[in-house]
Amino acid sequence: MHFELNQEQQQLADAIRRWIGRDYGFETRRAIVHGDAGMSPDAWATMVELGLTALPVPEEHGGFGGDAVAMFAVMQELGRGLVVEPYMATVMGAEFLRLGGAHGALLERVAGGELILACALGERGSRHDAFDIAARAEAVDGGYRLRGDKRVVLHGAQADVLIASARLAGDGHGTDGVTLFAVPAASAGVSVTGYRTLDGLRAANVVFDGVAVGPDAVIGGAGEGGAILDAALDYGAGLLCAEALGAMQALFDATLGYLKTRQQFGAPIGKFQALQHRMADMAIHLEQARSMAWLAALTLARTRGGEPGGDGDAGRSGGDARAHADASANANSVLRRRVVSAAKYRVGLAARFIGQGAVQLHGGMGVTDELPASHYFKRLSLIEQTLGDMDHHLERFIAQPGFREAA
Amino acid sequence: MDLLYSDEDLAFRDQVRAFLASTLPPDLQYKVRRHLRLQRDDYVRWHRILAAQGWAAPGWPTEYGGPGWTPVQRHLFEEECALAGAPPVLPFGVNMVAPVIMAFGSQQQKDYYLPRILSCEDWWCQGYSEPGAGSDLAALKTSARRALDADGEHYIVDGQKTWTTLAQHADMIFCLVRTDAGVRKQEGISFLLIDMRSPGVTVRPIAMLDEDHEVNEVFFDNVRVPAANLVGQENRGWTYAKYLLGHERTGIAAVGRSKRELAFVKRLALRERKRGRPLLDDPLFGAKVAALEIELMALETTVLRVLARGEAAPGPEASMLKVKGTEIQQALTELMVEAAGPLALPFDPAYLDGAREHAIAGDDDAAPLAGYHFNYRKTSIYGGSNEIQRNIIAQMILGL
Repeated sequence: MHFELNQEQQQLADAIRRWIGRDYGFETRRAIVHGDAGMSPDAWATMVELGLTALPVPEEHGGFGGDAVAMFAVMQELGRGLVVEPYMATVMGAEFLRLGGAHGALLERVAGGELILACALGERGSRHDAFDIAARAEAVDGGYRLRGDKRVVLHGAQADVLIASARLAGDGHGTDGVTLFAVPAASAGVSVTGYRTLDGLRAANVVFDGVAVGPDAVIGGAGEGGAILDAALDYGAGLLCAEALGAMQALFDATLGYLKTRQQFGAPIGKFQALQHRMADMAIHLEQARSMAWLAALTLARTRGGEPGGDGDAGRSGGDARAHADASANANSVLRRRVVSAAKYRVGLAARFIGQGAVQLHGGMGVTDELPASHYFKRLSLIEQTLGDMDHHLERFIAQPGFREAA
Repeated sequence: MDLLYSDEDLAFRDQVRAFLASTLPPDLQYKVRRHLRLQRDDYVRWHRILAAQGWAAPGWPTEYGGPGWTPVQRHLFEEECALAGAPPVLPFGVNMVAPVIMAFGSQQQKDYYLPRILSCEDWWCQGYSEPGAGSDLAALKTSARRALDADGEHYIVDGQKTWTTLAQHADMIFCLVRTDAGVRKQEGISFLLIDMRSPGVTVRPIAMLDEDHEVNEVFFDNVRVPAANLVGQENRGWTYAKYLLGHERTGIAAVGRSKRELAFVKRLALRERKRGRPLLDDPLFGAKVAALEIELMALETTVLRVLARGEAAPGPEASMLKVKGTEIQQALTELMVEAAGPLALPFDPAYLDGAREHAIAGDDDAAPLAGYHFNYRKTSIYGGSNEIQRNIIAQMILGL
């Protein structure tokens, strides 16, 4: 039983924290947030140098093959530092490519920091259901033509390559015909409208207007992208849980410091029981959220195979081995969905309680732009609207087979 | 959670499961799973089965007859017992007075009392709270005056304890008593072991909201207690009581018990129907169950995080486990009542006590639930109210 970072992971986390303390302070971040580029090339270069872009990429493609726990260590620090660089978008995109198995060259460039990715999944009508896909792919001339309107694509305007979901066949909300593509942002017919989000990040509307891509753009199999989409979304949700945990811890610490220094009625306000009890409840939320963020990371690390459904089993042969491998991959997917949705739900609950509580305990200062508190609150609140909100994940948790089994 | 355990831990769990499958008496299991009232003999019978196996006191050092388990093994054992529906081993002897005797008692006290606790020869109860000393426990007034007569040195105890759980069955009570009224209130308290059969001890039941007889008032009128029954030093009792609080275990979270009750809620909600469909499939009810299941999953992981540090006692973090654990237990009983709906209304104490085989209104499952739910409001009040726990979190963990 292990809930500690190993030495290597801890050293990386320390290095990230040192870098943020030195070069990514609150005022530096403010300038990046308000700048035109929406990211900092200097900061990105340092993140590449620290090995962060190589970390999740498999070793055969020039990466370090870091697992979900290693990524937990990284995301926690980036959350603590409120880093607004397109890291999450890139590593989630890389997970699509890794699961697809055929884009080693792109992954190599991700590892080297030469390529920024973004995931163009959501649409105007899809809300939190990434399987509600209206974008269409049409097979033409040995390749495909894409049409679709993707909304609020995080770091879509900063990305070199877009990971896009479209439907080759079928319609509605299911997995029928779901196909994933790696589309260069510079392709003819791609138009991108970038904008700020209130938590300091960037997003974009991305329109694919008859974009022609070759067959090599397909991630996984044509019409068979559902399992990859599902797994990559869980991977991303796990990363967000870790980021939120780091942000919550920093916000909690800042609030505790404020309670010990701010004086009213001749005493530090932390001496008042109404505030103490609110802070105690925030502490409980923080620990419950930490537990679930860890559980998600450990589960993702344990269940994250190669292509979903493709786990081998050397000990068996023929159809038997395949059936056994399928059953085990299926059990892994169910466990992964159940735990990740539980975590995203529970972390969301804590983020709301701690975010709102921290602002309240900071009093008037909590609702200003001046202190970091409001910036943590904003990031935490918008993480909740990213990759599935609490309702979405509670519903998904209920839909997993484990829920109706009254063991 | 299996993925968090080592193969050795899982093998140990199999061993515990096999033991429970072969030795847990079905009638006791039935009572526990159905929320029926346990009698004195039910507790004693199960305690003695565990004692015969050497498992009655999982937290004790081996020199006193403990099994020598790791904190993780102990957690697994307690969880499996709870999941199987074994009666709880009452904490007053094994987990409360015994550690104090081990740490501060005389050799004679250790030799005499510890084996009798292990074998359930003596049933212990706890004499802490008084009418004027609840959350402010140190305000207690029950007095013990030292005296000497022809039979030797002794104390004369006068006063009243209250909320004394199952004192009607008890052979012994461990008491905090005031031995010095002239000093700071924490500094004049002593820790005394009193035979419940002593002349001058009176037990009076307190009827609770579920009409069960679980707690009592205990009166001491000129009770003679041999001086040898003082634990440790006179006027150091508060320190010993705090020592015990500092050794609160992760078991306070009651994860195993709540997992059993969650499964019960689901079974009930799969059987009960709303508009022709299982209640569990109702989005409103299902969402409440799911939210609670996730909270419990998080709490279990929080407990495992404490155990992973190799510690049996989490220190002040136990306050978090107590608050969250009791909130979950109470919410589960709420959902039970909701799942039963109107079937929760009929009250049948004869059925609850085992005097009748089936509930008068027909639903054996539903009959105990309202009482159980009302009874469980106690959990956020006893053992240091949840508000006191929040004070402890604020002051001892957060430094406010």
